[in-house]
Amino acid sequence: MNGMTTFLAAAIVAGTPLLFATLGEILIERVGNLNLGVEGMMLMGAVIGFLVGLNTGNVFAALIGAMAAGAFGGLIFAFLTISLRANQVVTGLALATFGSGFSTLVGKQLIGQTAPAAVKSFFKPYSIPLISDIPVIGPIFFKQDAFVYLGYILAVVIGLYLYNTSKGLNLRSIGENPGCADAASINITLYKYIHILMGGALCGLGGAYLSLVYIPNWQENVVAGRGWIAIALVIFSAWNPYKAILGAFLFGGLDIIGFRLQGAGIHISQYLVDMLPYLVTIAILVIVSMKKSKRNAPPKNLGTPYFREDR
Amino acid sequence: MMIRFIKRDEISKKKDITIKITSVILALFTFSIVFMLMDKNPLDIYASMLKGAFGSAYSIRETIKLAIPLCIAALGVAVAFKMHFWNIGAEGQILMGAFAASIFALKFGTMSRPVLLLIMMVAGIIGGSLWALIPAVFKAKWGTNETIVTLMMNYIAIKWIIFLQHGPLKDPNAKGFAKIANFTNNAILPEIFKVHIGWIIAIVLVIFIFIFMNYTKRGYEISVLGESEKTALYSGVNIKKTIIISILLSGGLCGLVGMIQASGISNTLVEGVSGGVGYTAIIVAWLGYLSAPVIFIVSILFAALQQGGSFIQTSYGIPAATALILQAMILFFVLGSEFFIKFKIVKKVGDAK
Amino acid sequence: MSTVPHISMKGITKIFGKVVANNNINLEINSGEIHALLGENGAGKSTLMNILSGIYIPDRGSIFISGKEVKFSAPKDAINAKIGMIHQHFKLVEVMTSLENIMLGQKTGFIINKNKVIKEITELSNIYGLEVDVNKRVYDMSVGEKQILEILKVIYRGAKILVLDEPTTVFTPQETKKLFKIMNKMKEQGCAIIFISHKMDEVMEISDKITVLRKGETITTLNKKDTNPEKLAELMVGHPVDLSIKRVEFESSENILEVKNLRVLDEEGIERLKGLSFTVKEGEILGMAGIVNSGQKELCEALVGMQPVKSGEINFQGENVVGKNTREIIKKGISMSFIPEDRLGMGLVGSMDMVDNLMLKEYHSQKGFFIDKKPAINTAKEIIKKLEIKTPGIYYPIKNLSGGNIQKILLGRELAANPKLLIMAYPVRGLDINTCYTIYDLINEQKAKGVGVIFIAEDLDVLIQLCDRVMVICNGEITGTLQGAQTTKEEIGLLMTGHKNELKEA
Repeated sequence: MNGMTTFLAAAIVAGTPLLFATLGEILIERVGNLNLGVEGMMLMGAVIGFLVGLNTGNVFAALIGAMAAGAFGGLIFAFLTISLRANQVVTGLALATFGSGFSTLVGKQLIGQTAPAAVKSFFKPYSIPLISDIPVIGPIFFKQDAFVYLGYILAVVIGLYLYNTSKGLNLRSIGENPGCADAASINITLYKYIHILMGGALCGLGGAYLSLVYIPNWQENVVAGRGWIAIALVIFSAWNPYKAILGAFLFGGLDIIGFRLQGAGIHISQYLVDMLPYLVTIAILVIVSMKKSKRNAPPKNLGTPYFREDR
Repeated sequence: MMIRFIKRDEISKKKDITIKITSVILALFTFSIVFMLMDKNPLDIYASMLKGAFGSAYSIRETIKLAIPLCIAALGVAVAFKMHFWNIGAEGQILMGAFAASIFALKFGTMSRPVLLLIMMVAGIIGGSLWALIPAVFKAKWGTNETIVTLMMNYIAIKWIIFLQHGPLKDPNAKGFAKIANFTNNAILPEIFKVHIGWIIAIVLVIFIFIFMNYTKRGYEISVLGESEKTALYSGVNIKKTIIISILLSGGLCGLVGMIQASGISNTLVEGVSGGVGYTAIIVAWLGYLSAPVIFIVSILFAALQQGGSFIQTSYGIPAATALILQAMILFFVLGSEFFIKFKIVKKVGDAK
Repeated sequence: MSTVPHISMKGITKIFGKVVANNNINLEINSGEIHALLGENGAGKSTLMNILSGIYIPDRGSIFISGKEVKFSAPKDAINAKIGMIHQHFKLVEVMTSLENIMLGQKTGFIINKNKVIKEITELSNIYGLEVDVNKRVYDMSVGEKQILEILKVIYRGAKILVLDEPTTVFTPQETKKLFKIMNKMKEQGCAIIFISHKMDEVMEISDKITVLRKGETITTLNKKDTNPEKLAELMVGHPVDLSIKRVEFESSENILEVKNLRVLDEEGIERLKGLSFTVKEGEILGMAGIVNSGQKELCEALVGMQPVKSGEINFQGENVVGKNTREIIKKGISMSFIPEDRLGMGLVGSMDMVDNLMLKEYHSQKGFFIDKKPAINTAKEIIKKLEIKTPGIYYPIKNLSGGNIQKILLGRELAANPKLLIMAYPVRGLDINTCYTIYDLINEQKAKGVGVIFIAEDLDVLIQLCDRVMVICNGEITGTLQGAQTTKEEIGLLMTGHKNELKEA
C-alpha cells in the first residue's frame, strides 16, 4: 500500500525532533532532574541553528550552534537546580519562558527566510543501499535523511550506554538513590552537569531539525509545543531510549494524521484531529499510572536536589 | 581555606525580602547589558518602562487591566499549589471559562445586562472548574502526573477554540476571517474609573482567598493535606472532598478570568483571550509565596513589566519578546537567590591540635 | 598486633547550626579488634562515624591512619583509606540487583564485565561467610540479606575497617547472632570493626573495647572485661541509672478492645492482615513485637479507621467500629501516636507550629467556618510544662525541633484528648534515656487510670519489662502471645520469624 508506506515514512520524519528531545530529557531525568524547559531548549537550538546555518551555509556549524544553544539552556537549568538547589519545576518553566522570548527576539530578523541550499541538500533523503530494498521496512525506515539516521543511532547508543556500561549504571543510581551513589564515591555534581548539558544539546538538535529541515523556513513558534509532548513521551517510554523510538514515531504519525485524513476524504475538522496527540498523551499517561509496575517506575529521586550534609 | 555551605536554621523576614529585592535588581542590571549591546541607554529604557506603566492615567489603567487576570489566575494557581497539586493548566481553564461564558453571551445577547453578566460569570467559573476537575480525577484515582495532563489540556482547549472559530461559531459577517462574533453590549462588563469592573472582583477575591486560606477550616485542611496526606487522614479530613473543593476553586478562579477577559477586553471569544496569562500566573503565584496579599503586589509589578515592555516597543523599537526574557531572567535570579536564603557560607576553620 | 593504631581520631569537633554534635572527641582503633561506640541517641556517634567515612567534614581535629594524617573531603577518600561504613539506613538502589549495587562506582571497565565481578564476589563470600544472590533485586530482599549485601559491597572495595551503625535495630535475636558470627570472622582476618550501638547487652557480648560518648564528648574508653552494663549505663547517662522499668498493677476484667478475624488488604490487593484476633483489657499494656512490615502499620491504621477493612470486627467497648470514619472513632476515645521511620510522626505537619499541630484534632469540633486558635494555644503551654518540651516558642515550626521534642508534642497532644485506648507505635525511637523513661512512666500513668495501651516496639527488653502481655505478629498473623514477665527475648525472636508455637494463649 503505497499510501500507507509514505504515511509511515512521513511519520518517522515528523517524529524525529520528538525523538531527539525525548532522548535528551531521558538523560536529564535519569540523573534525577525534572526539566520542564524542553520547549525552551528546543527553541533556542532551533533559532541559533538556523541563524548559524544561514550565515555560514555550513551544515556542521549550524548543528554545533544548535547543540551549543540547547546546552546553554541546560547549563542555566543545571546551575540553578544543582549548585543553587532551586525548585526544579519552576526553574524549568522559567527556562521555557526564556527560550520562547529568546527565540522570538533573535528570530525577528529571520522571519520568512529559508534554510540555505547547502543545508537542504545535505539533508536530502538518502537510501541506504541494500537495506532500503527490503519490502515494507526498507522504504519506511531507510529512505530517510541523515538526521533521521542520526536519531536511530543515537537512540541505540544511549540505550547501550545506559544499560551496558558502568558509567550508565552509575548514572542510573544517581537518579534512584543519590545517597547511595555518593557513598559509592560517584561524583554526583559532575554527572548531573554533564548529562544535563548533553540532554540540552540533544533538545537543541531536535529544534534545529524543525527549523532547518522540517519546515524549513523560520517561523516564530517553530517548535509548537513538541517540547511538552517530549516530556510526556519520556514517561510513556518508561525512561527507556529504545521504547522512546516507538513513542516518538507514534506521535509523529499523530501529528500529521490530520492532514492525511482530509486527503483521504474523511471529513473531520482538521482542528479536532489536531487535538489527537494531546488526547493520546493523556490517555497513555492514565494507562501507565493505572498499571504502576516497579520496573516502569520513574527514577526514585526525580525532582529532588541532593545535599550531602542533610541530617 | 575552603568555603562550604551549610543549611540555615531560619532567617528573618527582613533578610529574606532584602535578598529577593537584591536579586531583582541584579537581574535588571544583567539585562541592561542586552540594551547596551543595542546601543541604548538602559537607564533611559527602564525609566521609559516605568513611564509606560504608571506615567499617565491611561497607562495606569492599562497596567491594571493587565494585572487583573494575572492576579485572579495566580490566586487560583496558588490554591492548587498549596495542596501540592501542580496545576499548570491555568491557561486551558481560562480558555474554557471564556468559552462557557461566551456561549451565553452569544445566545442570550439581548438579556438584561446584570442578569446576563451574572450568568456569564457563573458559566465561566463552572467551565474552568470542570476543565480542572478532569486531571484532578485522574490524579485522585490513579495517581496520574497532573503536571503533564493539565499541560495537555491547555493545548486541547486552544485547539477547541480554534475549531469553534473556523466552524460552529464562525461569524458569518466576518467576511472570510475565521472569527467569532463580537458580544452585544449587554455581555460586556461595565466600567468604573474607565476600567472594567474586573478590578473590583480582583480585590474582593484577594481578600476572600486570604481569609479563606488562613482563617477557615477548609483553608486549614488544604494546607495540612498539601503537606501530608496521612496526617490529614488522621485528623479526619475528608481527603477526596477537600481535593475536589480546592481544585474546583482553582479552576473556577481561572475560569472567571476567562469570562472577564472575554467580556471586558476582547469582547468576544478568541484563542488569544488569555494572553498567556495562564503561564505567567504560575510564576506570579510562586513568587508570591502562595499568599494572597503578596500575589496582589507581584501581579501588579509583573503587569507593569509587561505594559512597560509594550511601551518601549513602540517608542524604542525593542521587540515585546524582550519583556518575556526579562521576566524569565528575574525569575532565574530570584530562584537562584533562594539558595542564599536557605544556606549560608561558612569558611572552614583551621585544624586545632 | 602492631602498636601503631590503625585509626586515630584526635580532637574532632563538628557543629551543626547551634548544635555541637561532636566536641573534641578522641578515638583509637586497632586492627583485629571489635570496638564498640556506645552512647545514647543524640550522643554524636553517627556524626563521628560520618566524619570517618568522609560524609561530613570536621570543623576541627584530625584523623590519622597508620600514623599518617589524612584529610577526607568526600566518601571516596575514606574508601581509598580502606574504611567502609554500613549505615543504619541502607544505601542501596532498590530496583537494581546485588551485582549492580556492588558494581556501582567501580572501575569495571567501560563495558560491564559481569563474570569477572561475579568471580571476585564469590571469592569474598567464601572467605567471610557472606552469602548473597547476585541476581536478586534489592526490593525483594529481607533486612538481613540487605545488610549482608552492604557488608559485601564495602569489602569488595577493599575495606579493612568496617563501621556498623546500629546494625541490629531491626533484627531478631537470631539474625543478630548471625551478624556477630560474621563480625568475628572478619576480626580473625585482621579487620577492625567499629560497632555503634545503644544496646548494652550486645555491646557486652561482642566487643573487645568500648568507648562511651555522651552529649558529643568522649567520656572514656574501657576494655570489655573491666566493665558491666550498669557501669556502662551510668557512663552513658552521667548518673546512676535504674535500668529496670517499673511495672504497675491494675485489676480489671473488662475488655476495652476486642478484635475478631481482622482481614486487611493493601492497595494491590495483597492480604496484609490475615484474620487477626486479640483483646486488650482496661488498664492492660499489650506489647506487639514483629519484624518491620509484618502488618503493624496496617493494624494501627485499621484501628483508627484510616485503613479499609476487608472483613472482621473491631469491637471498642462493645461496639463494632469497622466502617466508621477516623473522626468518629477518635471521638469515641481511640487515640494513636504513630512514629514512622522519618521521625516526624504521622499526624504532625512539620512546617506548621505547635499551635497549628495541636489544632489538628480539635478544629473540626468548632462551630462555623472559622477556626479559633485559643484552646490550642492553652493546650500548647500546658504540654510544654508537663513534658518539659524544649522549643523556642509555640509558633516555631516543629520540624526544626529535636526528634525527642517532636515525639513529646505528638504524645502530649494524644494524651490531652483523654483516650480510653492508646495505640503507640515505636514511641521511643531515637530518644535519649531520660525521655524514654519519662514516656514509660507516662504509659504506666495511663495504665493506672484504666486506659488500655497497645505498645508496638523494636526493643524486646522494654517489651518484656513494661508489658503485661506480648503479642508477636509475623506476616500479618499472630504467631503467639506471651506473658511479659515470664518470656525471653529468644522466645519472642522465634515467633517473630514465624515459628508458631503451641504455647497456651495467654
